Amino acid sequence: MEAVVEELPVILQAFWLTVKLTVVSGVISLVWGTVLAAMRVSPLPVLRGAGTVYVNILRNTPLTLIIVFCGLGLGTVMNVQFSADDLSINSFWLSTIGLSAYTAAFVCEVLRAGINTVPLGQAEAARSIGLTFPQTLRLIILPQAFRAVIAPFGSLLIALIKNTTVAAAIGVAEAALRMKNLFDAHGDAVIPIFLGFAAGFVVLTLPVGLLFGRLARRMAVTR
Amino acid sequence: MTETSGSAPLVNLAAVNKHFGDLHVLKDIDLSVARGEVVVVIGPSGGGKSTLCRVINRLETIDSGTITFDGRQLPAEGKALANLRSEVGMVFQSFNLFSHKTILENVTLGPIRVRGVPRQQAEQRGMELLERVGIASQAAKYPAQLSGGQQQRTAIARALAMDPKMILFDEPTSALDPEMVQEVLDVMVGLARDGMTMMVVTHEMGFARRAAHRVVFMADGQIVEQGAPADFFTRPSTERARDFLSKILTH
Ligand SMILES: Nc1ncnc2c1ncn2[C@@H]1O[C@H](COP(=O)(O)OP(=O)(O)OP(=O)(O)O)[C@@H](O)[C@H]1O
Ligand SMILES: [Mg+2]
Repeated sequence: MEAVVEELPVILQAFWLTVKLTVVSGVISLVWGTVLAAMRVSPLPVLRGAGTVYVNILRNTPLTLIIVFCGLGLGTVMNVQFSADDLSINSFWLSTIGLSAYTAAFVCEVLRAGINTVPLGQAEAARSIGLTFPQTLRLIILPQAFRAVIAPFGSLLIALIKNTTVAAAIGVAEAALRMKNLFDAHGDAVIPIFLGFAAGFVVLTLPVGLLFGRLARRMAVTR
Repeated sequence: MTETSGSAPLVNLAAVNKHFGDLHVLKDIDLSVARGEVVVVIGPSGGGKSTLCRVINRLETIDSGTITFDGRQLPAEGKALANLRSEVGMVFQSFNLFSHKTILENVTLGPIRVRGVPRQQAEQRGMELLERVGIASQAAKYPAQLSGGQQQRTAIARALAMDPKMILFDEPTSALDPEMVQEVLDVMVGLARDGMTMMVVTHEMGFARRAAHRVVFMADGQIVEQGAPADFFTRPSTERARDFLSKILTH
């Protein structure tokens, strides 16, 4: 137990990085996932096709592969850099790209399910007053679709929080990597350290589930 | 033929055909509607009445033939099509009010987003329209909080807010509880009196007699017969129409 107390600053720092990864990737994947969903329901076959291909590839590739690709492929081979001298900034953004690219595919599919809950008549009424397709999507369909999928979005966010641990694969010092380091430093306190980190994740994820559940009920569209 | 003078028909369908797969839903339809005319479309279920309405604002595309509105051929897509639709109001059987918007927002959305009317002006006009259809006091509520009759009157106000040249009604009262039918029909009769061009799919013969200039009887994708309401209801000239009328009259 002393090990956990002693290393508390390190642990908190690690979780702070986990939170940063989650928030930044969450925002990017929400935006990108919405764009993908719009592509997948658009009347243009080219956009629909591109969206479908993207989602199917990203959704069916293990996240570890995607993150490693971002670290090695983008980072090392293609030399994508976000900071000339700070490696941790580079690995943070490279893993954020991977997490966002991956999560966006799931956001897209959840949102598409949400779009399917919006009755066809809503789009027809929108078109019949002269709204264009993008306006219909933005003003009528998506606002209702988002409200229908708040609870599944909560699940995606919980998955994302846990998925940030994969960033350890390319050396991002988030919770999972720090935990391994602490195991090495405190061989006699593996279980307390493990429990400490596990508790940290529960502290992050549990409120998300509760909050999104409540939000989903509050925001539901009554028909 | 780009004439838009008062005498040219507002809508003209010529030799219009429409299929759903193998099903031939509109068969060589010729029909025109004059400015200010109120046309009631009547006929058995599946006869193509809804489809006839929906091709006029191109919610359905057609396979062959031509449709002109206000002297211009219907645009195929894009901004031009959106513009056309903004000039043709549509009132649906199931109201289709925007569920996540208040009653007033339902009415002001089109003017603000399509016409670029400033919000305050749109709201003022919206309240006038809600007043006209008798639901101004419900302006801040959401559609689900209103009765069917109130929702349908909102839908009519939403269509009117665009200052359409014509309004299409597809069975506007058939989803309503009986006691709410009249309040909606009264609003529609008012519109007809004010000279709105209307095409109304309905089996409400009271409305047809009070407000329609012409009744079009449609069955199996064809216009079987048409005429003034008084003539059509009392002396239908085809067997098909007689048969249909005898069925709805006994109910
Ligand atoms: N989107 C569609 N896809 C396939 N078939 C359709 C579609 N819309 C309508 N139909 C078919 O076309 C025919 C005509 O339909 P339409 O809705 O125009 O008839 P209607 O006269 O309005 O009937 P009702 O009185 O039942 O509303 C029907 O047989 C219907 O099943
Ligand atoms: Mg119909």
